[in-house]
Amino acid sequence: MSTRDVTLDHVSIRFGQHTAVNNALLNIAGGEFFSFLGPSGCGKTTLLRCISGFIEPTEGRVLIGGKDMKRVGPNKRPTALIFQNLALFPLMSVADNIAFPLEVRGVGRKERRKRADELLDLIALPGVGDKKVYELSGGQRQRVAIARALAVEPDILLLDEPLSALDLKLRQHMRTELRAIQQRVGLTFIYITHDQGEALTMSDRVAVMNAGVIEQIDDPLTIYEKPRTPFVASFVGETNSIPGKVVSQSGFDVSLDTALGRLVGRSAGGRQFASGQDVVLFVRPEQLMLDPGGKIAATVVKEEFEGSQRHLFLEAGNAALRVSRVGGGAELMAPGLAVKLNFDPGRSSVMPAAGA
Amino acid sequence: MERIKGIFGDFVGRHGLGVAIYISASVLVWVIVLIALPQVAMLDYSFRHNLPPAQIGGPEDVYTISNYSYFLFGNGESFNALDTGVLFKTLFAAAIVTFIDILICYPIAFILAHSATGVAARMMVLGLIVPFWVNEILRAFAFRVIFGATGLVNGIGMGMGLWDTPVDFIRADVALYSSLTYSYILLMVFPIYNAVEALDRNQIEAAQDMGAPWWRVHWRIVLPVAKPGIASGATIVFMLTAGALAAPQIIGGPSNLWFTQLVYQWFNDASNWQRGAAYATILLGSCLTFVLLLMKVFRVPIGAIGR
Repeated sequence: MSTRDVTLDHVSIRFGQHTAVNNALLNIAGGEFFSFLGPSGCGKTTLLRCISGFIEPTEGRVLIGGKDMKRVGPNKRPTALIFQNLALFPLMSVADNIAFPLEVRGVGRKERRKRADELLDLIALPGVGDKKVYELSGGQRQRVAIARALAVEPDILLLDEPLSALDLKLRQHMRTELRAIQQRVGLTFIYITHDQGEALTMSDRVAVMNAGVIEQIDDPLTIYEKPRTPFVASFVGETNSIPGKVVSQSGFDVSLDTALGRLVGRSAGGRQFASGQDVVLFVRPEQLMLDPGGKIAATVVKEEFEGSQRHLFLEAGNAALRVSRVGGGAELMAPGLAVKLNFDPGRSSVMPAAGA
Repeated sequence: MERIKGIFGDFVGRHGLGVAIYISASVLVWVIVLIALPQVAMLDYSFRHNLPPAQIGGPEDVYTISNYSYFLFGNGESFNALDTGVLFKTLFAAAIVTFIDILICYPIAFILAHSATGVAARMMVLGLIVPFWVNEILRAFAFRVIFGATGLVNGIGMGMGLWDTPVDFIRADVALYSSLTYSYILLMVFPIYNAVEALDRNQIEAAQDMGAPWWRVHWRIVLPVAKPGIASGATIVFMLTAGALAAPQIIGGPSNLWFTQLVYQWFNDASNWQRGAAYATILLGSCLTFVLLLMKVFRVPIGAIGR
């Protein structure tokens, strides 16, 4: 066990009647880039504030480096938190901002400046130490906030949607940048976001949260390809959901009756289903393929062109389906056209219907 | 002039000619008739001799600095220690009152802006406004009652056996300082509240997260943000305290004069408006100089006031 491990041991956080986090149980390994992904209000920020020490868990324990953090204040934990709005001090210079944690520890002025300059080199912003915060661009402020957090030499860096204020291009650039900084310093990064793109591109592992519950913890590829719950399947990426009743199951392959006819899908998480059970089959739009020999008959409603991708909206058995294809090439399909669809059962997921 | 024309034109465009004329006329009356003219007249007065009505406008009616030199040297050649002493004592006392108000109001404003909510916040604001409902004279007499020889404080103190004979809080100016401090609390709280309220709570938490104890959080994060507010509040409180008349008259120690009382005596008792005007001008000038000096020392730009 390294000092950079974080363990949430059955953590629940309640505010009065409201349960913000329900029984979170997970282990984050030292040096891991770990993301909590979920819609706003799912409890991910509460959980982060709990790890950083601003909130005590109502039940359960937070362990950092194997040590119980009960009644250990935020300033005594080996964590540094980067706030959503960065919380840089506007009246101080960049160097003073970065060196503030050192000032708190009584490090002398000269030494502080030296450390600040080193950190500015680390985040590839040499020479801006004497500028004021407002003179920097959004991306530069972002990096200064990281440098300030690194100045305390934390074991764990906690980031609360730090990219949300940036524009799209910069956000994509900062993803790469953040990941690179993380690998350079080798710290544990715990990252909070509602943006699946951020979570999937940067993280070693992702925990998907909904309404206070962690629904699935896996690497990004597994989260996307093999969602375990209906929420994960529909929140992460686009998906087609096709309700049906189980006919039979052999191994992982589940055969089910749907409005589109009898289909075969892969049982999510290797669940065993009883025949006749209400289930939902999830297929990603890019896994649905136009195939003249396909079993699913559908009618084109419209096709939209969106640069790198085009989206085909279809109607099949009174249900709406969506197919995503590579953007360029052929003409857009005309409404009313009859097509046949197919998909690889191995790239689909069958789950119990919600409430079942 | 061009700019004023431009602003006026804008205003006409946006609100119509009638409103524009009304607004500019009121501003002009306000600035010129109510502020500038009386002050200029007083300034003019202060450089004239106190003549009987018959001689006004006559050959004797010439400009003089005798009213100002009286403040420094009195009638004779010797230094007018009494009046200059009163001025310095007044400025010093006003500074002390201002300082106490800062000490009291900074925490109140901070709590009001960052932790008080709902009923608690409303009660706090109400508690700050109530002092303004009570008129100045009544307030002064109330403090006389509280701090008098048989007053509340002496009663409690002696009842608890803290002291044996009544303490003369009036002579020691404790009552006066308390009353003035209490009177202007609201005028100090609001500007500080205004400044501190803009502070992002995350900055405080960020500083705490980096291990800063509460005093450093305030010293490095909150206080710099509050500084313009403190400067605004301090200016108002200082000016009003130095210019207070009723409170020093009623609860000032018998041997202690406030400078405004001297001004009042020249105007009223001695019927020497010229010298009174000179003394009032001296008070205004000293106050302004003192405030500007302090702002220089604490590096607050003039523009920060009233923000």
